[in-house]
Amino acid sequence: MIEFEDVSKRFDDKAVLAGVTGRVEQGEIFAVIGPSGAGKSTLLRLVDLLDTPTGGAIRIDGTDIHADKGQSLSIRRMMGMVFQKPAVFNTTVAENIAVGLRFRAADERAIREKVEDALEIVGLAGYGERRARTLSGGEMQRVALARAMVIEPEVLLMDEPTANLDPVSVEKIEDLVIRINRDLGTTIVFSTHDMYQGQRLAHRIGVLMDGAFAQVGTPREVFTLPASRNVARFVGIENVVDGVVVAAEDGMSAVDIGSARIRTRSPFSRGERVSLCIRSEDIRIAPAIRGRRVFDGNILPGTVTSVVPRGPFSRVTVDCGFPLSSVLSWKAVEDLDLREGSQVTASFTAASVHVVRAGED
Amino acid sequence: MYEIIEGFVEAIRLIVTLDPDVMAIAARSVIISLTATVLATLFAVPLGAAIYFGTFRGRKGLINLIQTLYALPTVVVGLLIFLLISRVGPFGSLRLLFTPTAMVIAQTVLILPIMTGLTISALSGVDPVLRDTLRSLGATRLQFLVNIMKEARFAILAAVAIGFGRAISEVGAAILVGGNIMASSFASSTRVLTTAISLETSMGNISESIALGIVLLIIALGVNLAITTVQHR
Repeated sequence: MIEFEDVSKRFDDKAVLAGVTGRVEQGEIFAVIGPSGAGKSTLLRLVDLLDTPTGGAIRIDGTDIHADKGQSLSIRRMMGMVFQKPAVFNTTVAENIAVGLRFRAADERAIREKVEDALEIVGLAGYGERRARTLSGGEMQRVALARAMVIEPEVLLMDEPTANLDPVSVEKIEDLVIRINRDLGTTIVFSTHDMYQGQRLAHRIGVLMDGAFAQVGTPREVFTLPASRNVARFVGIENVVDGVVVAAEDGMSAVDIGSARIRTRSPFSRGERVSLCIRSEDIRIAPAIRGRRVFDGNILPGTVTSVVPRGPFSRVTVDCGFPLSSVLSWKAVEDLDLREGSQVTASFTAASVHVVRAGED
Repeated sequence: MYEIIEGFVEAIRLIVTLDPDVMAIAARSVIISLTATVLATLFAVPLGAAIYFGTFRGRKGLINLIQTLYALPTVVVGLLIFLLISRVGPFGSLRLLFTPTAMVIAQTVLILPIMTGLTISALSGVDPVLRDTLRSLGATRLQFLVNIMKEARFAILAAVAIGFGRAISEVGAAILVGGNIMASSFASSTRVLTTAISLETSMGNISESIALGIVLLIIALGVNLAITTVQHR
């Protein structure tokens, strides 16, 4: 439905987007994730015709939306947008939601009905006559969502809609996003720097890095099979180590990382430089054992260098010649009596190592 | 010291008893300055909007010039209008000198820059996210302008109030083109609060001056209260 073809955008001398290519399908929720400053907002603003690309084209159902200025208004009226900063007009909640309908010269009765329905959906029934400025940030953002929703857009754009909100408001907005998509079939494109939000809401994710999509795929693909070292880092894979393939046979390969050899499953051949991505959840920590390998994987002896609490878990870092992070429950840490200096073995299967070609970076 | 206290007591008496002379002068002040403010509003708000929304060469320079004119000395405006409408001036045949009309013209010219400038500031003060929101909701150019003006309405109202405040409190232009005349009819007199205070003080009528000064302050206070009430509604 929305096609990006080599889209670029420069502000003065700064290239914010450089060659964005990708596709958003009709009826899907598409998340644009990426670190701050990656150009997420700029990309959404280009789609909403709030800015013009410096190069490339954005097409909606085949039409280059920036080509004909005379069509701008009708194209923009297909879309609704919610911005990062909650902002309301200095009037009542109901009048705020009605703004877009008034622009379209809807009749009073239709406006009243739609506004009432929208208030109900976003959980602000009875708030219609309140002054919008007196609402909380989370409530204002729901007003903004209702305001974009009542015009029944084909595409709903949301630029980090929950970035400034408390966790309860975030949950409400997320529920609404899913409901709007499911019940109305609205195509939703939203940006977030919260990769887990991308995972919770999106059918597909585009990882925007350095002004271009580093990867586009389902949340599962992006989170388990990141396309590059940078994407792996961004989606929270803590262990990324570089090495060279020294042996490869039948889809199995051994990678020399300098201090050890790691067994992996990968299609790369001998001599290729690769990066190994290992999720800390996939690494097991056991007391130091002597003797032979007990399973077809990687067993590395090492010394615990830190045990750091992280939510209900602890992150245990082991020096196996290179640092390796694992996540354990507090109880496991206690049972194993892990502390700085403990001698342990870290183990992980060959299949849990995701291998990507080493980038230039 | 005694004279000042006596002046205050007498001033209170003049106000409480609604002294006809004091009330006539106060009413004339309000009428002249209010008329000037309405006229200036009719010019300044559309002009400010045109400059704010417009894209033309020299826009920044124009805004700078307008801001410089905030400090336009009242006597300079008075002199300018005096030269234009005096017998020998280009508009001398209209016989406007020393009439309330001349004072309205002078005050309008005086407050036009500050009201235009503050209108521009009021519009600049609208949250950029709201501007994007209006566009994203599919506003036409006109709908966009109207809604931004609506959003800035209280700040524009404050600009109007400040304009009125400057008009009613100035003395230089009023005395130059008005002449501080106390004629037999209300409409042809040009004595207003500020010019009267200046005259009474120079004649040593301290109590009259104080009374007129207090009335002037009460009017300013009233305008401010009215504006604040509207803004906080």
